[in-house]
Amino acid sequence: MKTIYKKSEGLTDVPLHYCPGCSHGIIHKLIAETLVELDVLGKAIGVAPVGCAVKAYDYFDADMVQAPHGRGPAVATGLKRARPESIVFSYQGDGDLAAIGTAEIIHAAARGENITVIFVNNAIYGMTGGQMAPTTLPGQVTQTSPYGRDVNTAGYPIRVCELLSTLDGTAYAERVSMDSVPNIRKAKKAIKKAFENQINNIGFSIVEILAACPTNLGLSPVKAYEWMKENLLPYYPLGCYKDKTSAKNQEQSIAV
Amino acid sequence: MDERIMMKGNEALAEAAIRAGCRHFFGYPITPQTEINAYMAKHMPKVGGTYLQAESEIAAINMVLGAASAGVRAMTSSSSVGISLKTEGISYLAASDLPCLIVNIMRGGPGLGGIQPSQADYFQAVKAPGHGDLHILVLAPSTVQEMAGLVFLAFDLAEKYRMPAMILGDGLLGQMMEPLTFPEATVTQPEKPWALTGHGNKRPHNIVSSLHLDPAELERTVRERFAKYEEIKAKEPRWEEYLTNDADILIIAYGASSRAAKSAISGARRKGVRVGMLRPVTLWPFPEKRIKELSQEVSSILVVEMSMGQMVDDVRLAVECRLPVHFCGRTGGMVPTPDEIEAEIMRITAKDRNAAGRRNYEINSEISIPEGRAGK
Repeated sequence: MKTIYKKSEGLTDVPLHYCPGCSHGIIHKLIAETLVELDVLGKAIGVAPVGCAVKAYDYFDADMVQAPHGRGPAVATGLKRARPESIVFSYQGDGDLAAIGTAEIIHAAARGENITVIFVNNAIYGMTGGQMAPTTLPGQVTQTSPYGRDVNTAGYPIRVCELLSTLDGTAYAERVSMDSVPNIRKAKKAIKKAFENQINNIGFSIVEILAACPTNLGLSPVKAYEWMKENLLPYYPLGCYKDKTSAKNQEQSIAV
Repeated sequence: MDERIMMKGNEALAEAAIRAGCRHFFGYPITPQTEINAYMAKHMPKVGGTYLQAESEIAAINMVLGAASAGVRAMTSSSSVGISLKTEGISYLAASDLPCLIVNIMRGGPGLGGIQPSQADYFQAVKAPGHGDLHILVLAPSTVQEMAGLVFLAFDLAEKYRMPAMILGDGLLGQMMEPLTFPEATVTQPEKPWALTGHGNKRPHNIVSSLHLDPAELERTVRERFAKYEEIKAKEPRWEEYLTNDADILIIAYGASSRAAKSAISGARRKGVRVGMLRPVTLWPFPEKRIKELSQEVSSILVVEMSMGQMVDDVRLAVECRLPVHFCGRTGGMVPTPDEIEAEIMRITAKDRNAAGRRNYEINSEISIPEGRAGK
């Protein structure tokens, strides 16, 4: 019998606990495949967040630490400073990274920490059961914005890639999406680049991944991805916001 | 052996940490401990170490969590206000069984409080350094010599027992200059097979986590940690005794207030009052066994603190209310003077004498009470 597909060696055999249609499983797979392809799985240390991906430490077959809510970039900083030869990544959701951990992500980026951050933005709190996230869209109904997010009282969503790209310390910031197979392929490329940057000491790299949370959107997986295409992608345009390794960017820095 | 030199307490502590093999310091400026940051910023690069000024105390303690996970000697330092921010990380560190050093150079509180010396964070350090069932090692220096010496002990104990250690100093010890001799550095760090170093495709992956969703499992891990705490309580209490052999009154004080108490003892002894002192060096584990023993040899205990009275509770528990435990304290950044403490000693002496007289009288009068009146 011919093997046409097998689970990445970068993942353990622990069954994932994620809901049907959740994007975390695919994102885990992309990261695990990347670590194996770059031959750095044995050097990798991952930081698991608080939120749905809290048990990521059981799923990645790399050394793992579970960080307090939002503190992933600080924990990753401590790890990388202690072991510059290790490949350190922080895996975070939108509440973790863009609400409670705003200071940590901004300053890790500003310092140009040579780490890789995988930021999963599904515009809602998953583990606590569907509350408003810092990236919840205006008008979006959640458990804590039951009449739709009112920007007059709850403010506006945060566009993380745009924000971090303004910092000199950020080497690479790209937004990708899980909504379609072509976009998943692009996401894999971005994740790979973010790890290659760390291997090549380029500096702080973040990949923001737009994702779906069917359970808390109250939609079927198919409808949830349709909702993403119609609502999330227009508000959070895909693309590369900062790339210090690109020819264009290098020209710009020379011009400066 | 190093020569004797003059140094500020904060700087002596920082230098000792470098000599103890600490190469990773993560901090945030706050008075009156900022000299530790400044010293580290200057000297860490010279030894190939990391000094990182974090964006907050919260970030700093989490950087310590990351570095400690990787198995290196890591530390942070702050003062009262900043320690409150670190408590989240301290709880995670304790629950993840990670060794590290946290320094608290206490200032007056609550709130933003003041910047003068205080000991009002005793409860926080000893009773609740973070949420949940946990303890950390708490060491209390009282001289610049100890500000340095206890750093070595703190790292050694933290690594031996895989738990955070805190040096609980105060602004007075941090800011004062005193001569000291650095102990000879014999740094031997234990093997850390649990550390996150990358598995190198040679071993199963290591996980550092404090999450246990199964309550039975969480209870088991907490109970295991508490069994370790019992071992520490049996083996590791440290204290210093001063003139306790013939003492009628026993002073119990730590850190800067023990220095004032020592002067007061000299004054009181000149007046013929036999006073001695037990100075806890470890606040957790607390030297409760020795305090209980000594309580059977003295008539009164006086606890001196730079707070409204926190350690005094632990002393009362240790002596099981078998004798009066008096308290003399100043707070808010005020340091008790030797005169104040001496006055308290003299007041207690007078009270004890009266009480002794009254006890004799009561015993005599009890004999003379006619039957039928007893119990009224």
